[in-house]
Amino acid sequence: MSLLEIEDLRVTFTTADGDVNAVNGLCLNIDKGETLAIVGESGSGKSQTAFAAMGLLAKNGRATGQARFDGQDLLAMNTRQLNKIRSKDMAMIFQDPMTSLNPYLRVSDQMAEVLMLHQGLGKSAAVTEAVRMLDAVRIPDARARVTMFPHEFSGGMRQRIMIAMSLLCQPRLLIADEPTTALDVTVQAQIMQLLGDIRQEFGTAIILITHDLGIVAGFCDRTLVMYGGQIMEEGPTDDIFADPSHPYTSGLLKAVPRLDQATEELATIAGEPPDMSRLPAGCPFSPRCAQVLDNCRTERPSLDVTPDRRRACHLPVQEVA
Amino acid sequence: MLSFVVRRLAVAIPTLLILVVLSFILMYSAPGGPFNSERPLPPEVLANIEAKYGLDQPFWKQIVNYVSGVVTSFDFGPSFQYKDRTVNDVIAQGFPVTLTYGFWSFVVAVTVGVSLGVAAAIKQNSWLDYLAVGISIGAQVLPNFVMAPILLLVFTLWLGWLPGGGWEGGQWNYLIMPVIALSTSYMASIARITRSSMLEVLNTNFIRTAQAKGLPMRRVIWRHAMKPTILPVLSYLGPAFVGMITGSVIIDVFFSTGGIGQFFVNSAFNRDYSVIMGITILVGTLTILFNLLVDILYAWIDPKIRY
Repeated sequence: MSLLEIEDLRVTFTTADGDVNAVNGLCLNIDKGETLAIVGESGSGKSQTAFAAMGLLAKNGRATGQARFDGQDLLAMNTRQLNKIRSKDMAMIFQDPMTSLNPYLRVSDQMAEVLMLHQGLGKSAAVTEAVRMLDAVRIPDARARVTMFPHEFSGGMRQRIMIAMSLLCQPRLLIADEPTTALDVTVQAQIMQLLGDIRQEFGTAIILITHDLGIVAGFCDRTLVMYGGQIMEEGPTDDIFADPSHPYTSGLLKAVPRLDQATEELATIAGEPPDMSRLPAGCPFSPRCAQVLDNCRTERPSLDVTPDRRRACHLPVQEVA
Repeated sequence: MLSFVVRRLAVAIPTLLILVVLSFILMYSAPGGPFNSERPLPPEVLANIEAKYGLDQPFWKQIVNYVSGVVTSFDFGPSFQYKDRTVNDVIAQGFPVTLTYGFWSFVVAVTVGVSLGVAAAIKQNSWLDYLAVGISIGAQVLPNFVMAPILLLVFTLWLGWLPGGGWEGGQWNYLIMPVIALSTSYMASIARITRSSMLEVLNTNFIRTAQAKGLPMRRVIWRHAMKPTILPVLSYLGPAFVGMITGSVIIDVFFSTGGIGQFFVNSAFNRDYSVIMGITILVGTLTILFNLLVDILYAWIDPKIRY
């Protein structure tokens, strides 16, 4: 049985300008100890997928479909039931470490409360455990620094603290929502290294949400490419990179600057990300697709499933440029 | 922190000195005097009285005498109006009264205001929210000089439940209406500030983190959201406290409570220079102290602030 199995997930936000459909019928699954990358541009619905699973959607958002964690549907749970799973079995780290820790509470208090809540530890035992975890994410001098406030740490250090905090109860699934986007490139590498080590050491399954194909390549078993709140394609990361089966994926890969080739100009995908409140009737990518066919604009491509890959495209695989 | 407090108190001294001199000049330059009445006194009598109180001396000498009296021996001089009483006597009589209902008004305004604001924010756009917002708007548009006569009309004249005025050592039934009249509009402001502050805090990333930890909502609110919510409320409380002390003018007039507000108004009408000065300095000192207290609390709540 999969650890997390999302089926026909739809996330809709009610706004003054009408409904915005952020996720439209997404299906995915992840097994124990596996790493899955969800890749897409801003507004492709990748973060909202994670928020929906964690029950953290904004007040005006609602999710339908199913998200089964260990067979239990997260979307059908109330907050009290979700709270038993959050951070204990399924944890999440966020894009912006600068604002994701509470600036008014000491790191020790913020970390200890997780263990006191989920494992019933006393305060001092919880702090000891927190220090051990801070050591594990390589915060130097953790014992002395654990009582500091978040503003006394750098951005990279704060993301390490977030990661340590999310791992306290050894969750089986960690959702990392663009964990390195707000950080320097050198710090990015350290954080990715750390996530890799964690996966080795604790066997945690990781969903890595990112728009950065560079960090996906060496890290994730499988990659899922999203656009307009829908799956474009999914498969083993190496296959996707070597042999993209969707024009959007191949466009994304071409847009990654390369050091080993002299190029005058960066390749881009023409056009702009879609307006999620007015998605086209057909494939959401059709207005920007270089290889668009007539029926792409009117008919939403169905998901073709082969043993290890899935794709939603009218264009035959062998014709994808 | 300690050096900050010392520095602030050191700055307070010249501030108070300027306050004293300015109010003295204003009083001096106002037309009329404490012994002008509808029936003018014979000039010799007036000259005698003025000599007794030192009013015949040149301006600079008067001010030097006054300031040195205040600084060296806390002597605010005799009252010009209340025979045989010093300003210290007048303040000693009125200030405990003002402080008592001022304190209770403050307590009521803060507890009711903050609770109402938090409840409204947590249940945003529910009937509770609309009710809380409705109450605070209603209370806001009723200043104390409107509240006071309405309360008197309802609870004293119509229902006969509460005494229409007096103090009687601050018994609860004499305290209720002054406290309600004085606290209502402050309560409303505090509720509004708390509500919008809490709504803002609930949208921050660190609250999302707290929810992702699986903390129950109660704990998210009290432990994670309350401190940042209260900061803007706190900065309002300094001026609010001063407002309650000076707002006591209206309370004393309507409810005959006999606080310093009453003396303040009477002395202004009677040109009772020394009493006006004394109360002005008292309120000024309280303002400075209370703002200092707010700054200290700020630093205690927000770890990023270090003085």
